[in-house]
Amino acid sequence: MFARILTGALFAGAAAGLIAALLQLFFVQPVLLHAELYESGALVHFGGETVSAHPELPGIFDEPMRNLLSILFTMLIYTGYALILVALMSVAERQGHEIRTGQGLLWGLAGFVALHFAPGFSLAPEVPGVAAADVGARQIWWAATVASAGVAMWLIAFGGNLVAYVVAALLLMAPHVIGAPEPETFAGPVPTEIGALFAARALGIGMAAWALLGVFCAYFWQTEAAHADANT
Amino acid sequence: MTTKTLNTTASASQIIPVLFAVVLGLGIITVTGHVQASTLHDAAHDVRHATGFPCH
Repeated sequence: MFARILTGALFAGAAAGLIAALLQLFFVQPVLLHAELYESGALVHFGGETVSAHPELPGIFDEPMRNLLSILFTMLIYTGYALILVALMSVAERQGHEIRTGQGLLWGLAGFVALHFAPGFSLAPEVPGVAAADVGARQIWWAATVASAGVAMWLIAFGGNLVAYVVAALLLMAPHVIGAPEPETFAGPVPTEIGALFAARALGIGMAAWALLGVFCAYFWQTEAAHADANT
Repeated sequence: MTTKTLNTTASASQIIPVLFAVVLGLGIITVTGHVQASTLHDAAHDVRHATGFPCH
């Protein structure tokens, strides 16, 4: 049982993580590097002179170690997601819900909402250099929001009655009504255009990668089941 | 009665792998995404930002 979860999650997580990492390097990393020019003071927003919106940025191959580490860590994070997702698929299957590959898309989108979109609704993905509240407080709020959104997604998928839907809606809204930790003052030196683009791209790639992760998890879960059946 | 006992045993032996996988997954996400040790933070810096985790 554990071998089946582990094998499926490793394949699915590594594949989705690799795709996520490449998409991030291509679409998110240039925005991040651009923001770092303002974070370090190399560029100054609303300074004495106008600043070009298209500075020279390092290419993907200019910082190989930094980008290889990013690829490795993205694959690790998505493997972590996959372990949880496949474990939950096994629970759903035992409760009589069939897991078909196509349904993996819904699983993936639910995971995206729980782990990226729900916390991002109040703590938007931040470019380097933005003003933010204490990191420990934000992590606690992040974890609580992910947990309540995760339960909400499960209730929406499998609750099947009005009470479950209402509880799910309350769980989704509660962390944002309570409110995320916010900074006392705004001191971010990065132009708002860069910050908005960064948040949109981080969430967009998160959605694409999670959708793939869900499909891969469902696919490998089924493949491993076929192997297990063939071996018995 | 016999069937019931068998079912209980089966669910216990099935829930442990599930819990173990979830704990392992949470552990990986915590270490790669949230632990603030500086080496880990520097190595995972870009990913934490791009994934929307609180970074620093």
